[in-house]
Amino acid sequence: MTSGEEILRMEGITKEYQMGDEVSVVLKGIDLSVNRGEFLAVLGPSGSGKSTLMNIIGCLDVPTDGKYWLHGNLIADEDQTSLAHIRSAEIGFIFQSFYLLQRQDAWHNVELPLIYANMPERKRKERVEEMLIKVGLEDKMFHMPNQLSGGQQQRVAIARAIATNPTILLADEPTGALDQKTGAQVMDLFHSLNDEGRTIIMITHDSKIAAHAGRIVRILDGNISEGAIEDA
Amino acid sequence: MLSSLGIIKQSFVMSIQNIKANKMRSFLTMLGIVIGVAAVIGLITIVETVSDAVMGKFSGLGAGTVMVMAYTSPTKDGLSDVDVDVLSRVEGVEGVSPTAEEMTASVVDKEVYKKTRVQGRSTTYFSHNPDAVTAGRVFNEADMSGESYVCIVDQDYIKKCLLGRQVLGREILVNGNTYTIVGVAKKDDSLMSYMSDTSRLDGTIIVPYRNVLSMSGKTRIYNLDVYVKKEADMSMVESRLRSALQNMYNDNDDYYSVVNMESLMSMMDSVQGMLGTLLASIASIALVVGGIGIMNMMLVSVSERTKEIGLRKALGAEPSRIQMQFLIESIVLSMIGGIIGVIIGLAIAFAAAHALETPFTVPGSAITLGVGFSAAVGIVFGWVPAKRASELNPIDALRSE
Repeated sequence: MTSGEEILRMEGITKEYQMGDEVSVVLKGIDLSVNRGEFLAVLGPSGSGKSTLMNIIGCLDVPTDGKYWLHGNLIADEDQTSLAHIRSAEIGFIFQSFYLLQRQDAWHNVELPLIYANMPERKRKERVEEMLIKVGLEDKMFHMPNQLSGGQQQRVAIARAIATNPTILLADEPTGALDQKTGAQVMDLFHSLNDEGRTIIMITHDSKIAAHAGRIVRILDGNISEGAIEDA
Repeated sequence: MLSSLGIIKQSFVMSIQNIKANKMRSFLTMLGIVIGVAAVIGLITIVETVSDAVMGKFSGLGAGTVMVMAYTSPTKDGLSDVDVDVLSRVEGVEGVSPTAEEMTASVVDKEVYKKTRVQGRSTTYFSHNPDAVTAGRVFNEADMSGESYVCIVDQDYIKKCLLGRQVLGREILVNGNTYTIVGVAKKDDSLMSYMSDTSRLDGTIIVPYRNVLSMSGKTRIYNLDVYVKKEADMSMVESRLRSALQNMYNDNDDYYSVVNMESLMSMMDSVQGMLGTLLASIASIALVVGGIGIMNMMLVSVSERTKEIGLRKALGAEPSRIQMQFLIESIVLSMIGGIIGVIIGLAIAFAAAHALETPFTVPGSAITLGVGFSAAVGIVFGWVPAKRASELNPIDALRSE
């Protein structure tokens, strides 16, 4: 659907976990290619290996075998520090249960990745404000998470995810903890971010949510296949 | 790029937030450090204050002075006037002052004061202690004959026995002789008076030393203060005095002793140092216990905040950044404890100095030590929890509920 340079490429990605004496193979040779500006949904039931795939895409984990290029760079056996640098520059995470720091207000939550990206304080301030305005929370910048609704909290999390201007927005069940109406609002926000040219990879078990994406891949028992929503 | 100072500042702000969020727990954890530091500071300050006071008294008497004590041997009883004269001519000696002391009764206006201390002094004593007399006059050569009944009274004696009366020119009856008061001595702050309990005395009167000797029916001299010339080598003079005494006694050296105040002071100085080290090391056990408390709290904090650590890592925090944050939190925690401990320790020392009636000085070294120690405790005992936090796998950390 969307054309553009290839921003993510996976070839034969496998992931094995040692469970006692048994080796459990969670991903069985995944091939995947994502272009800049795509809105991709990875659809699969729980236990299908989609979380593991998300961890590998998000550079939280490294594959047992296979090759993974992100933004042209091969992600091989990196140590935790280099993975942290890659995450900081390339990935914006959005989680099902928002994961905001409860003791800090919206403003400071959005500021956090910018601190880790070593952005100078003055630039940081401008950027945090810009992001919060973008997600429509200009009047709630200094509210604590517990003073915000679920939808508002997820919008803070989205502002936080896009603050560093990452290559990929990686969303894990972004509407899973929201009611239908606020879920729809979050999806609207995703659409407008995608319209700006942001690459979004969304992981979900919900085919209705997946239908928002421009392209859908299905994952089942560690294998991936393109398209087809009907029997999800 | 953000400077490393900026990183430290960020970590500092975060740790303050976390300490605030767990006020009660942080306070209890700090308490160990507070007690440890307070104990160290308190003990060191008390030892220093007290020994400074003692040393001060020493040096009041001690600088440039050698004390000679002569006893009675089978062949010789103390020192004769000729012996004293010989000792005063020893190379490097500026002057000698025979001293003597008796406890007796004195009578003022038919009122008897039984516990009067009578000190015998010579003119040399006054010429080396120009501040000793605050009013009236000192003794002159004519007073030294043993036939002159003049005396100098100290402040205690005036307070107890002469309150509200004319002092100079008044007559006091001591041992059957009538003495005329010619001067007033300032409060005696010499070593001897410091070491003896003067509170039960009715006061001190100073008379020519021969008068004291005759009170007890003696003619010989047993105690001598020797004033050494400034440019002379103290230990050389000391050994010359010893050999002169050896010549006089012609016997083993059990019958006389020469005490160099300076060597006595340096000995006391090292005793003080040892005492201070001993007390500080006992008190630092409390610091170690406090440190274990900090470590425990930090470990609990790390496992409670596993998810937060995972999130921070997902947002791009390097392991070293996480480690820095927890380490700074531990340092901040123990340094706040340390500062409170310093304040409490100084308060204890101040109260102790007040009770002991010694002047109180704030020891800068002790404060540096207390704050430095608590920071070190924070680093040492925060290291393992911080390392553990930095090594958490972000996936496991995020997944933990």
